[in-house]
Amino acid sequence: MATANETKTSSYRVIGTRPIRHDGVDKVTGRAVYGNDVQLPGLLYGRVLRSPHAHARIRSIDTTKAEKLPGVFAVISSADIDPHESKMAELGEGSVNLQYLCENVLARKKVLYKGHAVAAVAAVNAHVAEEALKLIEVDYDPLHAVTWVLDAMKDDAPILIDDLKTEGAPLPHSKGPTNIAQHIVFSKGDIEKGFAEADVIIEREFKSATVHQGYIEPHVATALWSPDGHLSIWASTQGSFTCRQQTAELLALPVSKVTVTPCEIGGGFGGKIRVYIEPIAALLSKKSGRPVKVLMNRADVFESTGPTPGSFIRVKLGAKRDGRLVAGDAWMAYDAGAYPAGIIGPGCVCVFSCYDLPNARVEGFDVVLNKPQTAAYRAPGSTNAAFACETVIEELAEKLGIDPIEFRLKNAAKEGTRRPDGPAYPVIGLVETLKTAKAHPHYSATLEGPNRGRGVGCGFWMNAGLKSSVTAHVNGDGTVTLVEGSTDIGGTRTSIAMQLAETLGITAEEVVPRVVDTDSVGYTDVTGGSRTTFATGWAAHDAAIDIVKQMSARAAEFWKCSPDEVTFDRGLFSSKSHALTFKELAGKIQETGGTITGRASVEAKGVGATFGTHIVDVEVDPETGKVKILRYTAVQDCGRVIHPSYAEGQIQGGVVQGIGWALNEEYVYDADGRMRNASMLDYRMPTAVDVPTIEPVMVEVPNPRHPYGVRGVGEVPICPPPAAIGAAIYNAIGIRMYELPMSPPKVCQAIINEASAK
Amino acid sequence: MATKTPVSTTINGEPVEFLCEPRQSLLEVLRDTLHLTGAKEGCNNGNCGACTVILNGVAVDSCLVLGVEVEGAEVTTVEGLACRNELHPIQQCFLEDAALQCGICTPGFLVAAKALLDKIPNPTEEQIRFHLAGNICRCTGYDKIVKAVQHAAQEMAK
Repeated sequence: MATANETKTSSYRVIGTRPIRHDGVDKVTGRAVYGNDVQLPGLLYGRVLRSPHAHARIRSIDTTKAEKLPGVFAVISSADIDPHESKMAELGEGSVNLQYLCENVLARKKVLYKGHAVAAVAAVNAHVAEEALKLIEVDYDPLHAVTWVLDAMKDDAPILIDDLKTEGAPLPHSKGPTNIAQHIVFSKGDIEKGFAEADVIIEREFKSATVHQGYIEPHVATALWSPDGHLSIWASTQGSFTCRQQTAELLALPVSKVTVTPCEIGGGFGGKIRVYIEPIAALLSKKSGRPVKVLMNRADVFESTGPTPGSFIRVKLGAKRDGRLVAGDAWMAYDAGAYPAGIIGPGCVCVFSCYDLPNARVEGFDVVLNKPQTAAYRAPGSTNAAFACETVIEELAEKLGIDPIEFRLKNAAKEGTRRPDGPAYPVIGLVETLKTAKAHPHYSATLEGPNRGRGVGCGFWMNAGLKSSVTAHVNGDGTVTLVEGSTDIGGTRTSIAMQLAETLGITAEEVVPRVVDTDSVGYTDVTGGSRTTFATGWAAHDAAIDIVKQMSARAAEFWKCSPDEVTFDRGLFSSKSHALTFKELAGKIQETGGTITGRASVEAKGVGATFGTHIVDVEVDPETGKVKILRYTAVQDCGRVIHPSYAEGQIQGGVVQGIGWALNEEYVYDADGRMRNASMLDYRMPTAVDVPTIEPVMVEVPNPRHPYGVRGVGEVPICPPPAAIGAAIYNAIGIRMYELPMSPPKVCQAIINEASAK
Repeated sequence: MATKTPVSTTINGEPVEFLCEPRQSLLEVLRDTLHLTGAKEGCNNGNCGACTVILNGVAVDSCLVLGVEVEGAEVTTVEGLACRNELHPIQQCFLEDAALQCGICTPGFLVAAKALLDKIPNPTEEQIRFHLAGNICRCTGYDKIVKAVQHAAQEMAK
């Protein structure tokens, strides 16, 4: 797949090529060690007892019978973990309140969602552990549950956390206990004046269901609490240091007493940052004196981890007859889940982020209710927001009689555009994606046949920078061992190694990347926020520069000249009279003073935001309401593309997750707040037969603030699909959908409603 | 009374004997007893396909087969695809075509793809998508997997 700007990358030798990933052979032969593949002598198997109620007081927990079951080595409940005060701990991408984290790990006085962990067992095997769970007697006092965000905001709603205080902007009518954890207000210009100037105003309300990240590997953690007080954890985590910090804080240990080894990880998408079972495995190990592996089953994963917020959003946009947007107003209520979660924050930032709105106001609410505490999911908060804003944009374009891409081009954010939350954009590539989409053959292709339609949609994600560290050791054979702390979820060993290789003038294959434990590399934040290729790649670049500096000094010593006389270009060190390749000089480092190690720790600033514009063709079956994706093209500004195959893969995978969100995926709740579809069969994520080839089109608008122009690729592709598909459905059958998922029953109902209204 | 049953079977071409409880799945035996951890547990109820193995020529979810059921059977796992140190063409094409991201579903897809190509050496895109629909991948969006299987079919025809 050619990138739109291939010539600009041609000056690079490594960047822009497609080397085989370094961990590839291990992963196609079954040898790669994922969290559940960890085996230790004397290993016990841990399982967690979870609440059958969505909301209840715990009167008592009796573990006596479970403890007596042969083969059981330890049983724990919240009595085994000291309570925490309400205090924030930094997690890299976001922060966490330790009191809530502690109560989420093991419920203390109340359970706040079905699936809330209550107790745990370590036994000789998983079957015995599961038998023991059935012997634990918990006496519950069930309470009313609330699972719809607007219901949870009502004055008479069941209150989950008695002492919850609303953070952020003051609420006009706040009185007494509340479920509103956070209230956000951004504004820019004067929206009343803006709407007064508008020739056309459209206001719509949108609902979206709770959805899960859906990684195929369940959460798993193995812990060994040694008699010397040292805790070792082998985890499936997006961030080993984040895991270490949360676990250490919860168990009141200094971080130096906790080592986290990140195993290969079977997907995360934002859902494997918060700890759930790591502290449980640790406590079971402490109590039993044996290593303990805790594995979630699939229902646990759905009911106790993730998900991302269900939401209610009202968007109002006004435009002049010439197609210029003049004002926007958004009111957004997002699920927090059982404890404050804050996905509403980025949701508010993202809702109008694609457009240059002179007047805008955004009001948002983080609302506690009886669902699992929500977590990040690929551009967290942005997809819900994009569905709402982009649908109203479509309706405005239609009403004004302007082509939807042309309408977006008239209003697209560009360098200097100020978002309603404050920041002005540096160099960004939204306009480039819109122009590329408009010129793409898909946009002008004929789409014939009944019940077929085409739609477009845009999306935005801010991306993250944060902290990364690497060390790089030069080997005598001219290779470099690259030691890093970023969990590799989708080929980042290679995209990071390629930046080191490019800088040193060696090949990607001559770099040996190793993802190591928290004692073996400097602090590194999570693999998340589309930051790993950007920030850890930056650290690898800086470590390579450090190596070049040191090797130039060696060359000078060797050549008996001043270091200033040594130049380095594309893998060749030279002076006036001498030249040595990187490999040749590497072969001499032991005789010129010993090993050379490059180091870098970065706190990466200069993050480049990412935009995408998608085109989709659908066919709606009017009998069943099923929507089939016929063709999909995803144009994205990727900044400089390091490894095109894996960048394409991020886009394709993100789009398919967005299609699942748009068309099928949802947590189905009963009246008592219990999820009724907590299996992969019933939750129904897209399979290979549900989607066609997703065609990625990569536009490269390099990020001028990164050494190689990297922006980060992974998150934004999930944002446009629901709105683009909604627009395509409208163009197919003339009905606008305002609720996600646009699943067969909902589309069918909309068709029936439309027919009966006529 | 003994609580475990002796089972004799063939795994990846080698005779294997193991003891297992009647309630243990083939997946559990492969992973915990025989330390063949290539087959992955994603759901333990036949929904995700990460534990796919070939049982007497047919791709099955090993989490839905009991260990005692493989008495006398022939089982192929992902560990049995490569011939000594030479990757199977499907494995090689998955690498070259970047058909994996996190890699947890990869063993299941490789084994399911082998079962498909053993039966239909030159499948259409539709046949590939249909035969792999029992395997869920959450990272790739399937396109690169489908293309890698097509590529492998071409390589195997050479």
